[in-house]
Amino acid sequence: MTVADAAGAGAVTRAEFCVVAMAECFRGDGEMLCNPIGTISMIGGRLARETFEPDLVMTDGFATFTQSTLPPGTNPYSSRDGRLHLDEVVEAWNPYSQMFTTLWNGKRHVVMGGSQIDKYGNQNFACIGDYNKPKAQLLGFRGAPGNTINHVTSYWIPNHSPKVFVEKVDVVCGVGYDRARELGPVASRFHEIRRVVSNLGTFDFDTPDNRMRVRTTHPGVSLDEIVEATGFELAIPDDVPDSRLPTAEELHLIREVIDPDNLRSTEVKG
Amino acid sequence: MARVPDKRTTEDDVVAELRDGMTIGIGGWGSRRKPMSLVRAMLRSSVKDLTIVSYGGPDVGLLCAAGHVRKVVSGFVSLDSIPLDAHFRVARQAGAIEAHELDEGMFLLGLQAAAWRVPFLPTRAGLGSDIPRLMPNIKTVQSPYPGPDGGPGEELVAVPALDLDVSLIHMNRADRGGNGQFLGSDPFMDDWFALAATKTYLSCEQIVPTEDFPKYGSFHTQRISRLHVDGVIEAPRGAHFTECLPDYGRDEKFQRDYSLAAATPEAWEEFKQRWLEHESEKGYQHALQDRAADTESEAGR
Repeated sequence: MTVADAAGAGAVTRAEFCVVAMAECFRGDGEMLCNPIGTISMIGGRLARETFEPDLVMTDGFATFTQSTLPPGTNPYSSRDGRLHLDEVVEAWNPYSQMFTTLWNGKRHVVMGGSQIDKYGNQNFACIGDYNKPKAQLLGFRGAPGNTINHVTSYWIPNHSPKVFVEKVDVVCGVGYDRARELGPVASRFHEIRRVVSNLGTFDFDTPDNRMRVRTTHPGVSLDEIVEATGFELAIPDDVPDSRLPTAEELHLIREVIDPDNLRSTEVKG
Repeated sequence: MARVPDKRTTEDDVVAELRDGMTIGIGGWGSRRKPMSLVRAMLRSSVKDLTIVSYGGPDVGLLCAAGHVRKVVSGFVSLDSIPLDAHFRVARQAGAIEAHELDEGMFLLGLQAAAWRVPFLPTRAGLGSDIPRLMPNIKTVQSPYPGPDGGPGEELVAVPALDLDVSLIHMNRADRGGNGQFLGSDPFMDDWFALAATKTYLSCEQIVPTEDFPKYGSFHTQRISRLHVDGVIEAPRGAHFTECLPDYGRDEKFQRDYSLAAATPEAWEEFKQRWLEHESEKGYQHALQDRAADTESEAGR
């Protein structure tokens, strides 16, 4: 599904709508560690920094905060004359132990994936089925519990389906709003699930009981399609706008600068 | 000038110290700078019922597949370029091992608590997640200080100390006394593993005179002190097939073969015979050289 773009730069793909929707998650973050994990979310973060959020700090995916606009999947480290060579501009060294200090300190907005997410934004990528003998062992808890309780979190889900958007996740890795509420206002004061972006639309939790709400539909996707692909009842406002179009500058940046190899199309087709 | 003590030893002598049921910490991260020559020595031994504490990679997968493990404490088990370790998955899905999964940051706090000899460290990480439900040994603690609203003290997760019997880490360079130098991008948590254990053994690509460290990197890279190291093993390509930059990158082809060996018991048997049933690390390294020569002659055809 492609849509003609107003700026006349050619058809905008679904993957490109997703990139722009991801970039929009970081609007207003200012001088914050923008830490998207995943291909399209990474491109979106880079796009936000190249345009409307220039003060964002970003990682190289390994051990630095980098000023370079590294295309997704780039590994800037190599061996040269027996020494470690870095093909990037480093702002600061941030090895893993330091990353935990950074995130416990709070100036971070992470974007994680999820094998399951529920209507309050609880997320699971540890395992499917019984924890002690899982049907499918997945990633483990990784950093999800600590991330979600310490700083802003968004999610990027490239395969929106009822198997992923479920009534109840099998294991809570990332903490959702119902769990946060049970903890009380003090323990949950740094908890915020900002946005969920999928291949079909964008979602937030701006409802009285923080239930997931449709925020926008990607052009070419109907509300019915989203409802069909979701395993729980979404809050649906009277007026659901389309996800916004990229500007000509944004399209240029996505296609020529940030993701010249079109890796975005491997995550979301079309 | 003073000299460092000589702590040189071998993989097999280290593994001879291990006992069934011990808790073993393994440094590195995923498929990066793992002390694989020590892991291979463990695979040659009959030591069993181990608890492995690791930011897990193929160290965990291999030890599980070969039946040495009762319990795994981890935040993940990943091969980096391959997101999941297939052997660990097989063991988990068969219910063959006990999995004690922590948030990656909680894991660090557990190592720090052990290193600092305190029973726990407090954190917000874990609150509201299923970790306290699934890992019932993890308790919460109430702060003795007023909350930010002037109310009662905050409830926090009390991450218990990850006390280790033995830690195994791999460095790029070390001296014979056990001072260790990492030359890659990240020390990972190896410094904490060294302090969290009763005994720590350090393998390295090359043992060098202490005064030669500056030839390889700035003094900031001399992260490990001999204070916390009990034995040093010179193990060139000892981290193979994991990444050990700048000495060498990950052997992606080998890692793919390792992954595929989880597909069937026959595939595992074949992999084991070819790579894990050598009498010594030397035999493994020779087999690797033969494989490299085969690849070259194929390429030359």
